[in-house]
Amino acid sequence: MIAWFGDPSHWQGSAGIPARLLEHGVICLWSMALAITIALPLGVWLGHVRRLGMTVTSVGNLGRAIPTFALLILLASWEPIGVSDLAAIIALAVFAIPPILTNSYVGIREVDARATDAARGMGMTGRQVLQQVELPLSVPVIAAGVRTATVQVVATATLAALVGGGGLGRFVVDGFGRQDPTLMFAGVLLIAITCIAVEGAAAALQRVITPRALRPPTPSLLPRHRPAPSVLWKTTAALDTPPPR
Amino acid sequence: MITLDSVTKVYPDGTTAVQDLSLTIPAGDVAVLVGPSGCGKTTTMRMINRLVDPTSGRVIVAGRDTATVDPVQLRRSIGYVIQQVGLFGHQTVRRNVATVPILLGWRADRIRRRVDDLLDLVGLPPETYGDRYPHQLSGGQRQRVGVARALAIDPPILLMDEPFGAVDPIERARLQQEMRQLLIDGDTTVVLVTHDIDEAVRLGDRIAVMGPTGHLEQFASPLEVLGRPATPFVADFVGSDRLVRLLGVTAIDVRRLQPLHPDDGSAPQLPMAATLREVLAAILSSDSGRVRIGDAGVLTMAGVRETVQAAIAGA
Ligand SMILES: Nc1ncnc2c1ncn2[C@@H]1O[C@H](COP(=O)(O)OP(=O)(O)OP(=O)(O)O)[C@@H](O)[C@H]1O
Ligand SMILES: [Mg+2]
Repeated sequence: MIAWFGDPSHWQGSAGIPARLLEHGVICLWSMALAITIALPLGVWLGHVRRLGMTVTSVGNLGRAIPTFALLILLASWEPIGVSDLAAIIALAVFAIPPILTNSYVGIREVDARATDAARGMGMTGRQVLQQVELPLSVPVIAAGVRTATVQVVATATLAALVGGGGLGRFVVDGFGRQDPTLMFAGVLLIAITCIAVEGAAAALQRVITPRALRPPTPSLLPRHRPAPSVLWKTTAALDTPPPR
Repeated sequence: MITLDSVTKVYPDGTTAVQDLSLTIPAGDVAVLVGPSGCGKTTTMRMINRLVDPTSGRVIVAGRDTATVDPVQLRRSIGYVIQQVGLFGHQTVRRNVATVPILLGWRADRIRRRVDDLLDLVGLPPETYGDRYPHQLSGGQRQRVGVARALAIDPPILLMDEPFGAVDPIERARLQQEMRQLLIDGDTTVVLVTHDIDEAVRLGDRIAVMGPTGHLEQFASPLEVLGRPATPFVADFVGSDRLVRLLGVTAIDVRRLQPLHPDDGSAPQLPMAATLREVLAAILSSDSGRVRIGDAGVLTMAGVRETVQAAIAGA
């Protein structure tokens, strides 16, 4: 294993570690960009107007129930998309949408009603309430959703290799195909390290974009006073009863 | 001037919060809303700045039916202290207080000066508290930031929903004093909700007593509400000690003074500006039951009683 990593040829060329890492990153970036573009504004807006809570949670739960692998195969076998990175990008985006959508919705929706009430009472327009009060106060929750999605996508992007795409999954798939355990385990190790690194970076980023007063006192993987993100975005209770205005 | 004209509010769930309420608050006056919990005080207040729209009736602010006014513009001219404070947790105390001036586009140095003055006014020195966040304040301190925030642009109308509920009695008395100074001859029209009858009596030009079913029982001066409650409900609500409460806001009447007596040299002495409450306290602790009022004369228990009864009769 150490020898495998020590072999300079594994660090070069289009099948080398840096190239595969880059492919992996590109797949993840595109799918996250797609998911965020769709889910974040939608969740934020629905939370702001306090509508369709039921639908948002259903989409969240439904999205979680779709097997990413099956969707990937389905997309890859569909002519216009075919065997490519694109199939992986779309499947991963679908996979990333539920946590982002649900957390954006819940994050905005659960902002202290007293603060939004005071904001409206002082003459803020709906847009100002959203920009100056709801969004800043919900950064921890929304960021937790994006972070959860990112780490899941980075781990799951491994599957891209199964439909002829690139990424770190190639090492595992090729290793499996060639009955080469060293290659397979090297791939698994690379994926694990990447996930941990991405998780760390995402946590740091989340901390940076969170307004100072809302930051947990010490760097922590979970936002203070809130359930763990993975628990939060499953929340279905209390979404459909409007809080007192 | 604020006029509520036969205003009724029925919430979508069928709760009648306010029933056929009519009252007029002249410009510059302080009207205090009192009544049992759930009688519709907050709802009444929120119909003035259109956070709640009346089911029927009209609300007229500065001569215009609020139903025809853009709610955002209306609210920017009305300071509002919400019952639950509602500070913005992600912003410092200074930034919270600066909310409306920023919305109105004031210059930074003007905002800074105004905000620091206000924090001093509410007893939170800006150098200590200005850069704190709401979670670093006590409940009473947060409430005072809420009051400062509502006062920020010195609005012509001020709505305050139990603004000092969580403040300790000493600081509360100081704030009431400050508010009095601020409001007494200012041209700010104020609607204040409180559960504290003494606060209502101290600050209000008029007191509106609301009954349990959301309608107005009496709307009159503190003297009248305490001295001549309009309904049994009001009498019960202001309490059997209502005339004792009146002492704190009744002035000494020279016509009730008795001439000085040679033995009065050792009697306690109070200035003419004292209230009857202070006079009574002095009478209770004096051996002769007599209190010298400056050099003008002497008040006794009988004089206090006569003053109160005359005040009620004259109200
Ligand atoms: N959004 C709402 N939907 C339905 N009912 C409401 C709503 N807001 C208030 N109510 C009801 O209307 C009535 C009056 O409420 P309001 O908040 O005006 O009372 P209040 O006099 O301010 O009480 P408190 O002294 O406890 O603050 C209450 O019975 C309350 O339950
Ligand atoms: Mg209330």
